[in-house]
Amino acid sequence: MSDAPISRGFRGRGAGSTNSRIPPGQHLVEDFPVLSAGPTPPVDLANWRLSLDDGAAPLAEWTWQQFLALPQTDLRVDIHCVTTWSKLDTHWKGVSIDTLLEAAGLTEPPQPYVLAHCDGGYTTNIPAEDLLDGKAMIAFEFEGEPLDPEHGGPARLLVPHLYFWKSAKWVQKLQFVDPEVPGFWEENGYHIYGDPWREQRYDGD
Amino acid sequence: MTVTEATAPVAAPKKQWLTATVREVIDDTARVRSLVLDVAGWPGHRAGQHVDVRLTAPDGYQAQRSYSIASAPAENTITLTVEMLPDGEVSSYLAGEVRVGDRFELRGPIGGYFVWTPELEGPLFLVAGGSGVVPLIAILRERALKKAAQPATLLFSSRSYEDIIYRSELENLAREAGGPTVVHTLTRTAPTDWAGQTRRIDAAMLGEVGFAPDLMPRIFVCGPTPLVENVARTLRDIGHAPKLIKTERFGPTGR
Repeated sequence: MSDAPISRGFRGRGAGSTNSRIPPGQHLVEDFPVLSAGPTPPVDLANWRLSLDDGAAPLAEWTWQQFLALPQTDLRVDIHCVTTWSKLDTHWKGVSIDTLLEAAGLTEPPQPYVLAHCDGGYTTNIPAEDLLDGKAMIAFEFEGEPLDPEHGGPARLLVPHLYFWKSAKWVQKLQFVDPEVPGFWEENGYHIYGDPWREQRYDGD
Repeated sequence: MTVTEATAPVAAPKKQWLTATVREVIDDTARVRSLVLDVAGWPGHRAGQHVDVRLTAPDGYQAQRSYSIASAPAENTITLTVEMLPDGEVSSYLAGEVRVGDRFELRGPIGGYFVWTPELEGPLFLVAGGSGVVPLIAILRERALKKAAQPATLLFSSRSYEDIIYRSELENLAREAGGPTVVHTLTRTAPTDWAGQTRRIDAAMLGEVGFAPDLMPRIFVCGPTPLVENVARTLRDIGHAPKLIKTERFGPTGR
């Protein structure tokens, strides 16, 4: 840090813009930018399914109505995108992964890693432990409104303590795997884990 | 030489911050500038990739943002094209304050998906809104330098004639033998003698300008979120495979 060249004439927002809730290299935004690798898939609640798989073996599956009938949780969390924006105090409603496991009759994850699969083919990998103890949910409401399709509606994974590409939009399946299987961005140069507080943006960070 | 297990993961080296020195400043439009940079140790990139830029103030304060690379891999420099955003902490510096000889840091290249290389077969359909043209000009520059033969079309939405980024370069590229087809649409104001499109990109325009879905064009769409959402959805609706539609979006603060 100390040997970084000074950019002549740059003052920025200075110390006044620092906030202990903003991880290194991030900046605060008030809006909600959209980043996706391809088209937003059309919402089709009649055919929507969420499933849990152990490798290739199905464990449980919910229709939209069955999913909404599960116990719901609220989360008020800060979110951090690898493109350097952070947004504080975002409010989500969804079903925790703990609740999904319980509803599937499981007391613990059957494998140590998860590969999340989404409409459109997107995938991302997360250690199963990072999804437990209320740390993650399948979210279907943002700020009291149904989740917009461009933000991942009808439902997205929410793992707020990791960079936001891990909070996969349009999620359809959580597959428990061992060993860990790198997902879409993780195969394309991004960090396998993605902790914003350790600035794990890219492979090698 | 030590033989390790074939399955052992290969740890990638950390991408280091490199010092960039501004070699040249080009005013593209009233709000958009290109910075030609000298970057010692630059590892090279592919067309469509981006970099992280980090500015350091005299008091040690730092600000970091992502910017698309405008230059082709075949060029010897890195060029960034930056649009000045209202209240843009970094963009107001890069598109306003910066002079030749100034220094900041770069890290990259980043992104392995929104990329094009001349070996990829199939026609190329590029759709840009405003400064979303930046990663796409890198593709067109690379295509020209490598004399790639795949047909290419750029559909480019700008607010006005004066807001068209790379206007004369695009005219020159389009005139070359084998050059891309370039179609502009101007969504706010157009010169009185403007013969081109003047409406927002829609299904009719995409159908008329783009390649037919059965030609399986590789499609790259970059621009503000509403344009990208609309264009990507419409392309899918008129029969293009979602897998062939690659998008990059930015909101007001996305960069």
